[in-house]
Amino acid sequence: MLRRKFLTTLVSVALAASAALGTAYAQTGGTVKVGVLHSLSGTMAISETVLKDVALMAIEEINAKGGVLGKKLEADVVDPASNWPLFAEKARQLISQDKVVVTFGCWTSVSRKSVLPVFEELNGLLFYPVQYEGEELSKNVFYTGAAPNQQAIPAVEYLMSKDGGGAKRWVLLGTDYVYPRTTNKILRAFLKSKGVAEADIMEEYTPFGHSDYQTIIAKIKKFSSEGKKTAVVSTINGDSNVPFYKELGNQGLKATDVPVVAFSVGEEELRGVDTKPLVGHLAAWNYFMSIKGPENDSFKAKWAAYAKAKKLPGADKPLTNDPMEATYIGVYMWKQAVEKAKSFDTDKVIAAMAGQTFKAPSGITSKMDEKNHHLHKAVFIGEIKADGQFNVVWKTPGPVKAQPWSPFIAGNDKKKDEPEGKTVIAAPAAPKK
Amino acid sequence: MRALLQGLALLCVVLASPVHAVEPALAQRIAAGDNDEKVAVLAKIVAAADPKDIPFLKALAEGTVTVDGKPVEVTVNNRLRKEIDGAIAALKLVDPDHDTRLAAAKELSNGAEPSVLPAVRKALAVEKDAEIQGLLASIAASLGIRAGDKAERLAAIKTLGSSNSPTSRALLTELKDEPDLEIRAAAQRALKEVEGRLAWAERAGLLFAGISLGSILLLAALGLAITYGLMGVINMAHGELIMIGAYTTYLVQNLFRAHFPGAFDAYLLFAVPSAFLASMLVGMALERCVVRFLYGRPLETLLATWGISLMLIQTVRTIFGAQNVQVENPSWMSGGLEILSGVVLPYSRIVIIAFAVAVLAGIGLLLAKTRLGLFVRGVTQNRAMASCVGVPTARVDLWAFGLGSGLAGLAGCALSQIGNVGPDLGQSYIVDSFLVVVLGGVGQLAGTVLAALGLGIMNKLLETWAGAVIAKIVVLVFIILFIQKRPQGLFAMKGRSVES
Repeated sequence: MLRRKFLTTLVSVALAASAALGTAYAQTGGTVKVGVLHSLSGTMAISETVLKDVALMAIEEINAKGGVLGKKLEADVVDPASNWPLFAEKARQLISQDKVVVTFGCWTSVSRKSVLPVFEELNGLLFYPVQYEGEELSKNVFYTGAAPNQQAIPAVEYLMSKDGGGAKRWVLLGTDYVYPRTTNKILRAFLKSKGVAEADIMEEYTPFGHSDYQTIIAKIKKFSSEGKKTAVVSTINGDSNVPFYKELGNQGLKATDVPVVAFSVGEEELRGVDTKPLVGHLAAWNYFMSIKGPENDSFKAKWAAYAKAKKLPGADKPLTNDPMEATYIGVYMWKQAVEKAKSFDTDKVIAAMAGQTFKAPSGITSKMDEKNHHLHKAVFIGEIKADGQFNVVWKTPGPVKAQPWSPFIAGNDKKKDEPEGKTVIAAPAAPKK
Repeated sequence: MRALLQGLALLCVVLASPVHAVEPALAQRIAAGDNDEKVAVLAKIVAAADPKDIPFLKALAEGTVTVDGKPVEVTVNNRLRKEIDGAIAALKLVDPDHDTRLAAAKELSNGAEPSVLPAVRKALAVEKDAEIQGLLASIAASLGIRAGDKAERLAAIKTLGSSNSPTSRALLTELKDEPDLEIRAAAQRALKEVEGRLAWAERAGLLFAGISLGSILLLAALGLAITYGLMGVINMAHGELIMIGAYTTYLVQNLFRAHFPGAFDAYLLFAVPSAFLASMLVGMALERCVVRFLYGRPLETLLATWGISLMLIQTVRTIFGAQNVQVENPSWMSGGLEILSGVVLPYSRIVIIAFAVAVLAGIGLLLAKTRLGLFVRGVTQNRAMASCVGVPTARVDLWAFGLGSGLAGLAGCALSQIGNVGPDLGQSYIVDSFLVVVLGGVGQLAGTVLAALGLGIMNKLLETWAGAVIAKIVVLVFIILFIQKRPQGLFAMKGRSVES
């Protein structure tokens, strides 16, 4: 009897020890997979390739400091090739086959819309690093780029102001897909609320990869000569921007006459474009490479070293931009949330993300909103300089809270500022019903 | 003692600061004041009309002001830049050099700020040259159109009515709510005149855009007109031969940048033959290894060449990376020629049109005047008979295919100057190239030319009318309908061709 008891004790001790050992092993050793879902070919590769690289850089940094919860991160890079349905396939592969715990990816809204059902169905976690049109909230997505009120609306307000030139007529020019169409819908409503007449707004769209902007520029010239001060709001995405800006420069449309403000053009897109004729055209972002500050200096130095070490194309002239910063913030915030939740579990990490803060390279301490899955960000407006950098001419005094549901779209006032279906984890003693 | 020291320090500061006429107080206000303040100071500088202030203004435009000998950084935005440029131009109006004055007047006529009006009037009073006088008068008119008494304003409207700049149209349009009926009527009459002239300028610009697009389509399709049109090979890898030409241009550019930076502007002269040769060699290898076994079997050719096109894309992606590579324009290709005010023809496009014409002439001569051309035509028209009279048909096929491929390389070289160069470059041109060749009529160079120009102009006309997306759809629908009605294309091959 005694012997039997002894045996059971022994077995249970051994079991407990092995279980403890097993957990300890899971906690300190091994790797955990992290998905990187950016187009490395096709029309969007011009913008997205560096996001892949900056995500890898952040992962490498984290690994060098011991990883997350004792586990090394292993990047799982896939190339959806600017092909929207392929984004969904690759996302499914990442989550269900490769078992990644989080994915950093997407640029265009059409690609995000394509992967969204996959992330929701499989309860994955996506960090989306690019400014977008809003009108979306998903519990499985964290938006580290700007919502319209953190980019588009302030930019238009600036151009309306005396310092921005007091624009009265507007050309809304974009690539033909969901982001430009929705942003322009919001802007149109906003402009109307500011008393701009229907006849003073011109909307134009071009297909993805469009490369001949002659007639569009001629149209802008004609429109601007038909009345008051005109400004152009460009939501052109991808490599079309290169022929657009080349044509703009060659046709001599000067920023002092007709300023063009772009929402998807940063330092990287202007690489290789002769920017001397483009001086003064604008971009609105939450970060510029030219921002001065210790955080940005260290970010730029790290990137330069990384690009050189990995022999990335363009390493001789390393450039940083806003979506790169947003990717970087995203990776680190995810790490902080995992450490807070002490788990890689999607729902626990989502709960732990609320209220996370990070001292961003822009010098602003960005906070993840407690509810709406968007970052609080400061807005900067920059003018293109002759060297392809941006000269910040306007900024908000501090971070701005995102409004994913724009008040300029009817019916949005009734929508909740929080995604549906969040699992409440360890809620402090919820009142019983 | 203290006063003396202070005096000495002040003296040092004064000596150290570069000599300019702007008073330190004004410089201080520019450095510290907000933009309204800066604009007010600039107006004062213009009113002083001292050309010695120009270096100060130029430094300001670059973002630095020297206050008490120390450079202070100033944020210059578009509004300030416009004021500064206007001020510099206004100060240059009294320059002794004729060309400087002319350039300054031209710049001001593209829209000046009201603050320069006194300077313009002053310059107008002393100006002797008729051209500059005319410009100055129109500037003064455009600035005086809202201010001044009725007679002055009417005179201003009249002057504006005889100008043909888009700025005048903008100014006159703004007068449509003018309370004074006489002025409003005069403005409307003047507006009509200006608009009539501007409409012609716009039409000319549109025609140019169409021809430019046509020239690009023509370059892309010319090679195909030979491989598909004359030889009947459905070469789906034609686009990739264009891409190879573009990448060759990129390589030559890099070579020049690394080894002959002084001669960078001339790199295109070497890129053109290199692109031709590179694509030609790839094309000839393709013909020897694959296409020649498939003559007369169009479906197999289509599949095989399509597979090869995918292989070529992937090869380039592996070697150069998936991202676009940057091909920089030589400096003589940026900028444009202003034919009428508001209509600028970019040099890059003019060069490409000229290049397309030259290539077309060259290929026309080659086919019409040389022995190879004769053989190609002979083999195309009747392969068996040509073979019977001793034409080495296999070799002619090889050379003709090489020629078509080389032309694709030339197209790639041209396209690299206006568009993006990436592994997928060819994909976006292959459909257009086939459309042009089929529409023009298979086997007809003249048809290809007409089809390219026609499609280019039609596309551009539709774009202004319905936007780029709709234009593309309408053009494709039109081609489908046209081919349904007339499968042989614009020009049908005449004669007793064996194939038909």
